[in-house]
Amino acid sequence: MIFLGSAALVAALGTALFAAGAAIYGARRGDRRWVDSSRRAVYALAGLLTVSVVVLESAFLRNDFSFEVVASHSSTSTPTVYKLVALWSSQEGSLLLWAFVLSLASSAVLFLTHRRHREIVPWATAVLMGLGSFFIALMLFKANPFGELSPAPAEGGGLTPLLRHWAMVVHPPMLYTGYVMLSIPFAFAIGALITRKLDSSWLRATRRFALAAWTFLGIGLLLGAFWSYNELGWGGYWGWDAVENAALMPWLITTAFLHSIMVQERRGMLKVWNVSLICAAFILALLGTFLVRSGILESIHAFGASTVGTPLLFLIATVAIGSTALVVSRLPLLQAERKISSPLSREAIFLVNNLLLVGLAVIVFYGTFFPLIAEAVTGERSSLGSPWFDRYVTPIGVLLVLFTGVGPLFAWGRISGAALRRVLAVPAIAAGVALVFLAITTDALDSPWALFLFAFAAFTFTALTQEFWRAGSSRSSLTGEGMARALPKAIARNRRRYGGYIAHAGIVVLLIGIAASSSFQTNRDLRLDVGESATVGDYTVTYKGLSADPQTERIAFNAVLDVWKDGEQFAVLTPARNYYPTLDPAAGPIGRYFDGEATSEVGLRSGPREDFWAAFQPDLTSLGPEIERGNRQLADVPPQGQALAIVALAQTYADDPPPATFRVIVNPMVIWLWIGALIALGGAAFAIWPSSEARRRVKMAYEARLGREIEAPAARRA
Amino acid sequence: MEFLLALAIVALVGLFVLWPFRAAATGEGVSDPVEDEVAELEARKETLYREIRDAEADRESGKLGEPDFSRLDGELRREAIGILKRLDKLRG
Repeated sequence: MIFLGSAALVAALGTALFAAGAAIYGARRGDRRWVDSSRRAVYALAGLLTVSVVVLESAFLRNDFSFEVVASHSSTSTPTVYKLVALWSSQEGSLLLWAFVLSLASSAVLFLTHRRHREIVPWATAVLMGLGSFFIALMLFKANPFGELSPAPAEGGGLTPLLRHWAMVVHPPMLYTGYVMLSIPFAFAIGALITRKLDSSWLRATRRFALAAWTFLGIGLLLGAFWSYNELGWGGYWGWDAVENAALMPWLITTAFLHSIMVQERRGMLKVWNVSLICAAFILALLGTFLVRSGILESIHAFGASTVGTPLLFLIATVAIGSTALVVSRLPLLQAERKISSPLSREAIFLVNNLLLVGLAVIVFYGTFFPLIAEAVTGERSSLGSPWFDRYVTPIGVLLVLFTGVGPLFAWGRISGAALRRVLAVPAIAAGVALVFLAITTDALDSPWALFLFAFAAFTFTALTQEFWRAGSSRSSLTGEGMARALPKAIARNRRRYGGYIAHAGIVVLLIGIAASSSFQTNRDLRLDVGESATVGDYTVTYKGLSADPQTERIAFNAVLDVWKDGEQFAVLTPARNYYPTLDPAAGPIGRYFDGEATSEVGLRSGPREDFWAAFQPDLTSLGPEIERGNRQLADVPPQGQALAIVALAQTYADDPPPATFRVIVNPMVIWLWIGALIALGGAAFAIWPSSEARRRVKMAYEARLGREIEAPAARRA
Repeated sequence: MEFLLALAIVALVGLFVLWPFRAAATGEGVSDPVEDEVAELEARKETLYREIRDAEADRESGKLGEPDFSRLDGELRREAIGILKRLDKLRG
């Protein structure tokens, strides 16, 4: 099967190169056959890469360790679902995933634009297939997923234990899909620049792909944060890690892009800004791939130095220089059709919003690459941690919450002073009331930025509620329907607008969760003996005992924590620490379990007001002499005997454990982070979803009205 | 067996990709300027309908006063009428 997979990959490279060349040749010669052939080649590429993926996945499922990537990232004892996702835990497999998703997305956009944008599409195809060729060539020459081991080992290395979590199953394909989806509007932007067709047509063709990219990147970021919070044992969901930032930056730029394209569509402005934004978003997506795959920055995700770093850097430089040159050369054609006529307009607010988002991305970029810059200049590596990021990101985040509410209140073109006072009054009062209420009744004054964020959140929620209410009541007064019927219909008529408002609300909820949990967290590291108690905030925590769960795949130690609040039992939590064996025989038959990787299972009780979170670290120092003796005495004992010894050792330890270390955190309102993210993603999905029936009815109604306006002057002249 | 399967796949791909060349070039060109203009005008028309609807919603919600609404609505309708007339002409 290795031959079949390799053959499919080689054929894929040839097909991608043909598609790119045929598209350019057909466009320049004006021969539609070549363009049609190039489109078919893209569909064929998707088919060939499907073959490659199926071959590799079947190798994982069959435990075929003659495949080098299977031997290094799976084992016979790896659960089936993790065998399937091990594909993207490796360098080679993740490159295959990138190319595969690219081929699917390219096929989709070419299918959807089959009879439209005929001048732009061939050049967009060439760009997409150029990218596809690059990634396939990278696999064939630098990181081949079909590398062979001969003889094949009897057992594989297994999947790294940190990745054995459902969130990590879904996180990589979501992020990669987001990155790849950005290539679609990027390719069409390049096509538009090359062909000088710089109206809004390329935006309309790819807007949904940009929104899909935003959604998938958002899901990937959310899952990464969720995994970090539940699995890593440090109690946080975001550490400004280099690879977290690498996904955040394109997401921020895409957020800006999704807003500014509305300004170009409606007002013919920000053309240079929009092509620059989408180029920047895609370059940042490539940079994110580079950061993960090159290992150039230390982070929890880095898989070590790789052979693909230099080629990726070359690609990024080529894309950056090429797209910049194109934009500069087309500047005269990118002039705005109108100017912003008033600061009291939606387009002006969108511009401010864009500047905030881009500013945020610049700060994150600087903070992420500072270690590299510092090392290049001084020769010494350093890093910027959370306090640095928080200092500069927080004020911008607070302002964004405000503008998330201000934007929907303004009209396109201009809003009069009287109208502005009318729409701002209630949200402003709500913000003032929230500010005073929280300042008086809570500790919010201790964290002024959080207090302002909550006040601005009250402004935004009120503004959005006002928008929905007015939409419903307007339709209700026109049609005579009750609000319960009128409001859903009004929303369904304009999914793009109201889906966007729902997404805005979700983002504000998410930021409330972040502000509360960051600013008002109670955090203690405790060292407790069995039976001992400690106080954390309003809670009393008692370490009741320990149990051992030794298995072939890992040894787990489970602590029992009894948590009380206000004289009542609040929860019984069982944080655990899992020890996975290393394959290194030098560690010994017993020691290998304690020299390999370890993961945490946190104890967590979530609620709308706060989370109670606990992680556990047993002290294994006392096991040292027993482990050494076991390694010596059991070296030649059969595996079953060794297993019995390990079980006995673990049980003995659990029966009389030494004091253990616990990290206990009381995290206010964290659950709203997840809920807010889901609301935002739901809003995006609602905005993406086409509404053909409603659109058809609206279109017919307006055509009828405008038709009468055309006929009326003609009738008067007659 | 694997070799034959790979060969079959490559042959199928070749046939599929090269299918458009079974006929001689028609000289049609990659794009049809009329068809392209019609598609662009249709898309712009839909955008204008959306903008007209949004302007009406903004007036009803109080964001746009009557003078601003009249000016904006008039601009949008004039552009939409121009597009409808152009489309009628192109479709002959």
